[in-house]
Amino acid sequence: MTPAPTDVPQRRGASHDEEQGQDRDAVISVRGLWKVFGPKADRVPKSSELCGLGRRELMERTGCTAAVRDVRFDVAPGEVFVVMGLSGSGKSTLVRCLTRLVEPTAGEVVLEGEDIRTADARRLRELRRNRFSMVFQHFGLLPHRRVVDNVAYGLEIRGMGRAERVKRALEVVELVGLAGYENSYPDQLSGGMQQRVGLARALAGDPGILFFDEPFSALDPLIRRDMQNEVIRLHREVGKTMVFITHDLSEALKLGDRILIMRDGRTVQCGTGDELVGAPADDYVREFVKDVPRADVLTLRWIMRDPRPDDALDGPELGPGVVVREATRAVLAAEKPVRVVEEGRLLGVVGDEEILAVVAGGEGGA
Amino acid sequence: MATHPTAAGRTVRWRAGAAGAVVLGLVLTGCGGAKVGGSDAGSGGSSGKCGTFNLAVNPWVGYEADAAVVAYVAEEKLGCTVKKKDLKEEIAWQGFGTGEVDAIVENWGHDDLKKKYIEEQKTAVEAGSTGNKGVIGWYVPPWLAKKYPDITKWENLDKYADKFRTSESGGKGQLLDGDPSYVTNDAALVKNLELDFKVVYAGSETALIQAFRQAEAKKQWLLGYFYEPQWFLSEVPLAKVELPPYKAGCDADAEKVACDYPVYDLDKIVSKKFADSGSPAYDLVKNFNWTNDDQNLVAKYIAVDKMTPEAAAEKWVKANPGKVDAWVK
Amino acid sequence: MAVVASGTRERPAPLRLRRRAVVAGIVVLWLVLFALLRGRHTLALAAADLTSLHRWFNDVNDTIGADRNSNPLFLYFFNEIRLVIDTLVTFVQTLISQPPDGRPVPQIGWLGVVAIAGYVSWALGNWRVALLAVAGFTFFGLQGLWQESMDTLALTLSAVLVALLFGIPLGVWAGMSPRVNRVVTPVLDFMQTMPTFVYLAPLTLFFLIGPASATIATLVYAAPPAVRITAHAIRSVPATTVEAAESLGSTRAQTLTKVLLPMSRRTVVMGVNQTIMAALSMVTIAALIDAPGLGKTVVQALQSLDVGTAFNAGLAIVVMAIVLDRVTTAAAVRTERAQRPGGGPRRWRGPLLGAGAVAAAVAVWLSHTYVWAAEFPGEGGAGRSLASAADTVTAWAQDHLSGVTNGIRDVLTTTLLNPFQTLLTDSPWWLTGLVLVALGAVLGGVGAGATAAVCVGLLVGTGLWQDAMTTLASTVVATLLVMLLGVTVGVWMGRSALADRIVRPGLDAAQVMPPFVYLVPFLALFGASRFTAIVAAVVYAAPVTMKIVADGVRGVPATTVEAATAAGSGTWQLVTKVQLPMSRGALVLATNQGLIYVLSMVVVGGLVGAGALGYDVVAGFSQGELYGKGLAAGLAIVLLGVMFDRITQAAAGRTSRVPGGR
Repeated sequence: MTPAPTDVPQRRGASHDEEQGQDRDAVISVRGLWKVFGPKADRVPKSSELCGLGRRELMERTGCTAAVRDVRFDVAPGEVFVVMGLSGSGKSTLVRCLTRLVEPTAGEVVLEGEDIRTADARRLRELRRNRFSMVFQHFGLLPHRRVVDNVAYGLEIRGMGRAERVKRALEVVELVGLAGYENSYPDQLSGGMQQRVGLARALAGDPGILFFDEPFSALDPLIRRDMQNEVIRLHREVGKTMVFITHDLSEALKLGDRILIMRDGRTVQCGTGDELVGAPADDYVREFVKDVPRADVLTLRWIMRDPRPDDALDGPELGPGVVVREATRAVLAAEKPVRVVEEGRLLGVVGDEEILAVVAGGEGGA
Repeated sequence: MATHPTAAGRTVRWRAGAAGAVVLGLVLTGCGGAKVGGSDAGSGGSSGKCGTFNLAVNPWVGYEADAAVVAYVAEEKLGCTVKKKDLKEEIAWQGFGTGEVDAIVENWGHDDLKKKYIEEQKTAVEAGSTGNKGVIGWYVPPWLAKKYPDITKWENLDKYADKFRTSESGGKGQLLDGDPSYVTNDAALVKNLELDFKVVYAGSETALIQAFRQAEAKKQWLLGYFYEPQWFLSEVPLAKVELPPYKAGCDADAEKVACDYPVYDLDKIVSKKFADSGSPAYDLVKNFNWTNDDQNLVAKYIAVDKMTPEAAAEKWVKANPGKVDAWVK
Repeated sequence: MAVVASGTRERPAPLRLRRRAVVAGIVVLWLVLFALLRGRHTLALAAADLTSLHRWFNDVNDTIGADRNSNPLFLYFFNEIRLVIDTLVTFVQTLISQPPDGRPVPQIGWLGVVAIAGYVSWALGNWRVALLAVAGFTFFGLQGLWQESMDTLALTLSAVLVALLFGIPLGVWAGMSPRVNRVVTPVLDFMQTMPTFVYLAPLTLFFLIGPASATIATLVYAAPPAVRITAHAIRSVPATTVEAAESLGSTRAQTLTKVLLPMSRRTVVMGVNQTIMAALSMVTIAALIDAPGLGKTVVQALQSLDVGTAFNAGLAIVVMAIVLDRVTTAAAVRTERAQRPGGGPRRWRGPLLGAGAVAAAVAVWLSHTYVWAAEFPGEGGAGRSLASAADTVTAWAQDHLSGVTNGIRDVLTTTLLNPFQTLLTDSPWWLTGLVLVALGAVLGGVGAGATAAVCVGLLVGTGLWQDAMTTLASTVVATLLVMLLGVTVGVWMGRSALADRIVRPGLDAAQVMPPFVYLVPFLALFGASRFTAIVAAVVYAAPVTMKIVADGVRGVPATTVEAATAAGSGTWQLVTKVQLPMSRGALVLATNQGLIYVLSMVVVGGLVGAGALGYDVVAGFSQGELYGKGLAAGLAIVLLGVMFDRITQAAAGRTSRVPGGR
């Protein structure tokens, strides 16, 4: 396996304090998205009364279940956007609505400037073939085809010639680290390798957007870590926009530039990892992030304090986005408090006690 | 997948070699044998002016005896190509209209079918008697008739009714009816003769014969519907029970029947088309006529001696040249 | 009829107990009312009597017969179908069984056929089944039944070919569209439960006497498994895979040809297998409308009660069934690994197949050219020895066992069958009907109750209520016996792999041996009685229940059995407290299939003294005047089948999820 390039979370220039309106540059823009299962489902999003009902009341009143309720978010180009929630929270339905594998009940899904809800079957197929593709939890490989033919499937159905598509497939197989296995059959591969095939298949068509539906939850923990690192590596190499579904918070924090937490179909909170840990929106999120090693997630921005009069303001200088664990050595080594500076402006200071409070307290639950 | 390549290769090469040897062997041995000829004289015989003759074969051995002899004579003496078709009566009659059947050579009454196909659809015509007399009635195994001679009169049946009781007859004596091919009056007869019996449907000729055979072998009590000519009678000569004698018209109302069955004059039916065709096979069918004993003999060859119908017919034809000549004169 | 289990998985114990109490209450109430109302409103109909419905059926039948030469439907539709099928069958026959014009023997003689059988089995399966095929086919010749076997093979292959031609596309459609599936399923149920005897005679009106009618009769019965299993195969392709293909932008056609079909190939081959088996089970019945082959030998032998000859021919059918079954099963396994490269063997397979093809072609040429390879040598001595051995055994059994067997019959008839039948037939029809509906509702839920109500209504409408109840009594008793045997032997097989290996071939044989063959000995042993019919039904139906129960018991997780053993359970406790309760789903499925199989023997039962519906059907087939009544009786059998199928399926859905049966 490819050695992990790094285990340290990297903040990749996401604009975390996003403005409220529509983001002009967004690759994916979702507004008021609803998916209701059941008889006459489309009346639910329309009625403000029904919208307000809880899961059980809605079931009793209408026989419907709302899997996705009024979800909105934007994803910037090159961003890794994670949707996180427990099973039954509607996250898998959400990602299927984005590709119309499940037909949304209401709302707007704009991918690269095009509202896919208005696309007809042919246009939708074209979009699926060229613009975005998906990686599935249970791989969904074709057992009767070799690895290379699985990877080339998407190209084959576009009508690409055999020689050309095999050449492209072999490139992608190489890219995901499966060189040498191209002639194997899926059932001869381990789960992790099968998912690499799934990944390669999604990459083969060179789409702008990749959707991942809990791709690693069926894998062993060690393999899972390898695969996460693989995704990080690929993201760095190919720079695709990614929407990643998971129920695993550490995976979300590791991969996601931003994370959307869902519960009962609703958005509970959407923000960067340190925002979730540092400022949970409610008890639900708080409970979720309780056991997170805070030092790995929080940045100095979250722990800095205003300088006190007795602070020496000539200590070392660090940015507000530096993760606590990385800053620990520097802060403890310095004799004076570290100054947190952004664009030449002093935001605050961090001393030994702030660092120790996070490192000691935050690891408690681990 | 992990077969050792050289080992696999070796067995495979061995197999290829063996296949080659087999081919070679087959070719070599093949060169010696006699060749399949074209159409030899005598085997086909379709050259005669008779053409194809579609003969229905109804499913009982007596019929099969008739059909075997007619077919044998048609093929050997007239050069016909005979196609025997194994069919139940109803379907055979249906075949007249569709042109699939030319002749039925032993017909038991079937006034309903005659009405439908001869009078209404006009697809069939009668072609005379076979010479056989069809007798239908109630029979008991011979041991019973010997031991209780009075049992063969219907008036005495009630006396023994409880002896005839079985698990099926619900406290009464059992009268075993047979092949569903015939409309029987038995239920009405039992009622109108006020007998303490119940009709039980055996459902097939096979079941009926097996029941009589077993009854004779095990000295069991059995009263059943049967008929002659029937090959089984040459194995177990069943005794007929006398019912009130048949008088013309006494069976007009099926509900009120209280008399014996009529003696059927078994006859032959052919399709209209066949009758008009001028085929020599039609003349053969029309002239075909023999006795109950003749039929029973051929039937015995088939059923008891287990000869093929062809062999049985050949044996009988060779032994009775006079009768056969009269049919094909 | 695969049981679809869904809904409530496990009922709380009190509810189950209460249901049992309700059932007991219904039965008690029934007995009380029976005592009070016995003999009233029984809707009895004498054997020769007809209702207006029956007469109307007769008229329709007559009209069709009278119109067939002028009706355009016949001229341009049925006749064309007949011509195509006749041509197909005749073509196959001239290849292997019947001499074409200008030749005294078929185009391909025995050596060629054996070689082709061996080669095809090897190419599709493996060398083991190839040996089996060669041995089996040679055995037909040794039995002295070469031509008959080839006729049967020709007819079976043609029927299967046509069945698959229609069945597989229809199955694919039903697999992809739930709506089509909902429409198709009841039609298939109907095709499989309607007794063949009912449509045999009309078929000859539509398609004339000859290969076409025989093929279509076979087809009607044999196509449903192909449709069902193909649909099932399509449905069992994992949803993720289909979704993945769609997410990549596959069109429907692409998803079908590149994903669904390749992935369901193995299961579809099993459907082919089931279709072949069903086609073979029609061989003897098709002989009643002049279908050539082994069935004819069986039917003719029965006219003179020649058990030995019938057995010999029956054995050939069994051997053919086993060969075709094993070859198609091996082919199903092979399709999974079909295109896989595997080092050495793969490299050699091409040339080997080529060499084999050459060898087979040479054998075909030899058998076309030389007499010794064209006509099977010898006089079929093995067949005669087999026949006389069968005769000896039968004669011995008849002489020595009939006392005991008649005793068993009398005990079971008087203690079980007669009281139950009286209760069913002598209760007022509305009372029995209400009881059936109530039991359906309690055991299977409201839907099953409603189905039962409709079926009861239609049963009354057939005019054969009392006959239906008589048949029902025998059917229930037979099913009880089937379950008794099925559970006993099935548990034994499920617990012991050795027992399974020993018993299973016997079960296969019992399922495909034509019932006509064993009717004669059974008649000798039990007389012409309802009980004989019950025994014949049990012989036919018990194997399938044994197999299902065995699978169910084997499906109980090993850890559970281990835990129970570790807790100190004895064998009896293990079976009754762990293995049987945990395979309850399989038990329900076994009951369902047992009942359906027993019902499919009702007509055969009519031939040996069962009376009632079976006799009505047989008589309707034999006598024109009773045709309508026979058709009504056939419908009544279908109705009984539908009623019980739906009730047991619903009950199965309520008790637990059912592990896969057959």
